[in-house]
Amino acid sequence: MYLLMIDWWFILEKFLLVGFVVTFSLLIAMYTTYAERKIAAFLQDRRGPNRAGPFGILQPLADGGKLFFKEEIIPLASSKFLFVLGPSLAMLTAMLTSAVIPWSTPLQIGGRDVPLQIADLNIGILYVFGVVSLGVYGIMIGGWASNNKFSLLAAVRGASQMISYELSMGLALIALLMLTGSLQMSVIVQNQIVHGWHVIYQPLGFLIFFICALAECNRTPFDLPEAENELNFGYHQEYSSMKLGLYLFAEYVNMFISGTVMATLFFGGYDIPFVNEASWGLSPNLLAFIGFVVLLAKAFFFLFVFIWIRWTIPRFRYDQLMNLGWKKLIPLALVNMVATAIVMLLRNR
Amino acid sequence: MNITQILFWFLSALTVFSALMVVVSKNPVYSVLWLIFTFFCISGHYIMLNAQFLFIVNIIVYAGAIMVLFLFVIMLMNLNQSSEPKKHRWLRMAGVVAGGCLLLVLVAALKNIDIKKQVAETNTGDIGLIGNLGKVLFNQYVVPFEISSILFLSAMVGTVVIGKKE
Repeated sequence: MYLLMIDWWFILEKFLLVGFVVTFSLLIAMYTTYAERKIAAFLQDRRGPNRAGPFGILQPLADGGKLFFKEEIIPLASSKFLFVLGPSLAMLTAMLTSAVIPWSTPLQIGGRDVPLQIADLNIGILYVFGVVSLGVYGIMIGGWASNNKFSLLAAVRGASQMISYELSMGLALIALLMLTGSLQMSVIVQNQIVHGWHVIYQPLGFLIFFICALAECNRTPFDLPEAENELNFGYHQEYSSMKLGLYLFAEYVNMFISGTVMATLFFGGYDIPFVNEASWGLSPNLLAFIGFVVLLAKAFFFLFVFIWIRWTIPRFRYDQLMNLGWKKLIPLALVNMVATAIVMLLRNR
Repeated sequence: MNITQILFWFLSALTVFSALMVVVSKNPVYSVLWLIFTFFCISGHYIMLNAQFLFIVNIIVYAGAIMVLFLFVIMLMNLNQSSEPKKHRWLRMAGVVAGGCLLLVLVAALKNIDIKKQVAETNTGDIGLIGNLGKVLFNQYVVPFEISSILFLSAMVGTVVIGKKE
């Protein structure tokens, strides 16, 4: 089916994949809020939500419905366009990262190989890095358009925190790139299937990346932008209804996506450890499904750790946060990078 | 017109429009946001030339880092229309003349370039891919590359020194 020199099956297949990934991420994010409350309740010896449906399983729907029906207030003195743009950008940048994640091995439909990756870019990791660096805008624009000094302060705090932690994140990634010699996400996963997971070679790099991911998602102990006792409610103080919902939701989407990114970069992506699943002789479609489930299991593990940390560790003070980022993580990441380079040079000789 | 040309003209119109909006906007915050949008349009052109590395570096460095700092400063200074001082008329005239002179220089510089021979390799050029670019940078241009990195390092040291001064 070629029309206007465009392969329309290709467009359709990508369109369906994008739709699926977005819907799926939203669904996961919805139930992460439920998981967050249940795990928090467990850690604090409570029951958690248990009214809506069996085990409170319909609670996220009730929360979402409530947010949709709340009164929507847009401050008069604020810039209306930017006020709406803020939460939209937060959601957009949270979703964009999912474009380069290889979700599983290719499906086979009607003799066509359908790769379960929206775009296998030559520069996959840098794309992730670029989108992460754009995540600041949602917070900054929202905070500024609120026309409230607390929101603005929280937005500035959030932006400077994100910029600071991006640096060590990038440095931790460079060591990883030396191992694979490629920026392409699919090549990185293949490399891990052949040589073993990167977390074995790069434990320190993974630790740095994990800490930075916590900071980029604005999760405790790095949730300075929403420190209630200092800034009332943080950058989304003036927001109500679903705009507030989008901000809160973007955080959970971010958590899910960064969980999958970490699983892909350091924990073998859709690879099942210790076995060679290609030799089982299963149909490629079934294998792709199993790979997808394995990737999800790894991502869910990271989601659990994120939530676990939130309900265990108290928040940093602002100067402690900056000290950790600039004086501990960046030197550590630099040492990790140089050490990796030296070891690789010696082993090649 | 094939799809590449349609995309090219669309992106170009968008780039020029957003660049104009940077100058025309009254509120400095809007100017910065339009400038960010302009960078995205230019990045789109890089994609069309298959220069993926330039595309992403343009976004990481300009849209992701430098413009955030711009936005930072402008938001904290709280500039808006009422606080902006009225400019003198002859100052405006001087601005127009200076801008016109710059245009004249640019036109004079570009006038004699033979554009016809330099065809853009849309979708097929591979010099912008990261492997090829790295090989050229670290073989052919390694000395200029190292010198510019020393320049960056000295700028960083300078910032720390200024920041440390109480």
